[in-house]
Amino acid sequence: MAVENQCCCAKTNEAELYPELEKIITEHHGKPEDLIMVLHKAQNLFGYLPRKAQEMVAEGLGVSLNEVYGVITFYAFFSTVPKGRHSIKVCLGTSCYVRGGQRVIEKIKKELSLKVGGTTEDRRYSLDVVRCIGACGLSPAMLVDNDVYGRVKTTKLAEILERYE
Amino acid sequence: MNMVRSHVLISIDAGTIMAGARAVEEALVKEIASQGLAEEIAVLETGSIGITGRGVVVVVYPEGIYYAGVTPNDVPELVEEHLLKGRPLKRLMLAEAPKRYVIKREKTGLLKEQPRVVLRNSGIINPESIDEYIAAQGYEAIAKALTSMTPEEVISEVKSSGLSGRGGASFPTGLKWEFARKAPDPEKYIICNADEGEPGTFKDRLILEGDPHKLIEGMLIAGYAVGAQKGFVYIRGEYTLSTERMEKAITEAKAYGLLGAHILDSDFSFDIFIMKGAGAYVCGEETALIESLEGRRGHPRNKPPYPVTEGLWGKPTIVNNVETLANIPEIIKNGATWFKAYGTEKCPGTKVYTILGHVATPGLIETEMGTTLRDIIYEYGGGIKEGKKFKGALVGGAAGAFLGPDMLDVQMDFVNLKEYAAVLGSGAILVMNEDASIVEMLKSVLHFFKHESCGHCVPCRLGTAQLVEIVDRLAAHEGKKEDLDKLLKISKVMRDTSFCPLGQSLYLPISSALKYFKDEILSHVKQAAS
Repeated sequence: MAVENQCCCAKTNEAELYPELEKIITEHHGKPEDLIMVLHKAQNLFGYLPRKAQEMVAEGLGVSLNEVYGVITFYAFFSTVPKGRHSIKVCLGTSCYVRGGQRVIEKIKKELSLKVGGTTEDRRYSLDVVRCIGACGLSPAMLVDNDVYGRVKTTKLAEILERYE
Repeated sequence: MNMVRSHVLISIDAGTIMAGARAVEEALVKEIASQGLAEEIAVLETGSIGITGRGVVVVVYPEGIYYAGVTPNDVPELVEEHLLKGRPLKRLMLAEAPKRYVIKREKTGLLKEQPRVVLRNSGIINPESIDEYIAAQGYEAIAKALTSMTPEEVISEVKSSGLSGRGGASFPTGLKWEFARKAPDPEKYIICNADEGEPGTFKDRLILEGDPHKLIEGMLIAGYAVGAQKGFVYIRGEYTLSTERMEKAITEAKAYGLLGAHILDSDFSFDIFIMKGAGAYVCGEETALIESLEGRRGHPRNKPPYPVTEGLWGKPTIVNNVETLANIPEIIKNGATWFKAYGTEKCPGTKVYTILGHVATPGLIETEMGTTLRDIIYEYGGGIKEGKKFKGALVGGAAGAFLGPDMLDVQMDFVNLKEYAAVLGSGAILVMNEDASIVEMLKSVLHFFKHESCGHCVPCRLGTAQLVEIVDRLAAHEGKKEDLDKLLKISKVMRDTSFCPLGQSLYLPISSALKYFKDEILSHVKQAAS
């Protein structure tokens, strides 16, 4: 499980990953109901969902490209643009909002000259806002990749982010 | 077998892992071994103990002493002082052990302690061991159902227990099962809704992480009762540890013959599959969840037909919340009469709450239905932090209602709160002290709904955008006088005309905020230049 969650886009050339995707699609061939599951796996592979991958998934599962795109854009988890090697997700759920989540975002935006939804030029980080990650007891909370950070202080942000190369 | 004189329980959940629980665990095992205590002291992993935001939590039994904020550096001292010399380490001790029982306020005003129902095993057993669950009377209920009860008898037991849906809608569980049982199609499904997305709620996560086998058992009983062959657990994409523990539990249950063909040598066969959500609040709505399970955008469906007759792939389907299903094994094992000793007449049983915000000890609790907000805040939550005054609470998550001080002594259950135009919802209680700003709270709620509105129907799509515009204006102290009426009017139209509960539910936080805190909101209206 843990391995599956680690994106390997930074290490490998994108073109080399397509045979891997082909294998995943074969397992779910002709099963439109597995679309979301396959997209999860494809995104773990590429770090995002490139157009060519979307086409392959549509073809293999037997759904239209339009439907695949519709599903991708509906769910917050999926992205059609390349993301940074590390994803920063700041929680703005009710509890984090009240306890300063917005200040955390402002600080990151300023430090990394980054917009919400954007990626830094060196593709090291991308920044997104999420709504409640179920860590309300630790507000304000943020996720960097799969690590949860709670009680985030703006003064400690640089130190946390440094850890992610 | 070794005689173990002490058990050291370490809470391994998403929050404590973040705080470094694995490193502390490793240090504990190593230090205990190097002190030569490995034979007599066992270190055990367990799920959440119910304390959040206090770092790594360790409990030493038989004394039942709680340590919080433990780091690997503290371990040598802890082992030497407590485990070797038998002197609890005061420096790290929690002043007050969390209340791991259900309280009952007697007519005399006295408090009585009762055992937990849903969280009976959470924070005690190792969630990654089926043997520990079985040792805690696990899978006894499904054995009882399969060997001595007909499916109809199971349904009638659940019906007479009075259990109602714990996801927020509070629909009678037994009745739902009966509808699905009577649906003529032989192919049926059980779905466990673990797409917990209500802001401020993480009760289902802690059940999934702390006692996954209980959920499997609940689904098995549901499957047997309605005649289903397959079950799905739809887990939030963000809940990595929950997914891992659930996967492990399913594998173990299969190996023990508790899932698969001919369970316990009966004619009943049942399998469970996990589906990971992909981040959409609306998928908590049962028909949207079904759409998502079928691999599509999570748009809610028209109702009727209801899922009990036409659900997943058009087949009769039960969608039950995690907490609802976790009640089932206890009801079957102990009987409906036992269950009804908890809670109120109209709403029996217990409720799991998450208490957050400005309370001294935020966390996860289980108490009986009908417990007042005052008891929840002051008995479980340790009162308002730093001795400040209680201003209000948002009860039931973002789609819940604000409650003011005069609601502190109202009995909270699904039925009674309705009379006060409030809801229990998902069981999230966000407590605010005198310094909290209602407009800021409302702003957060409305922004959340605007973001999560799926865009399917017009009232919700446009309504949320307009509400956000108004509340932003108020938050900037630029509000207009008519804004208050507009908030109410727009949300009322949304309540009456939106397609699904997402758009319908905004009227509640808005109307309740205006009911209790109108003056404060009015103070955000821009004063005419004089």
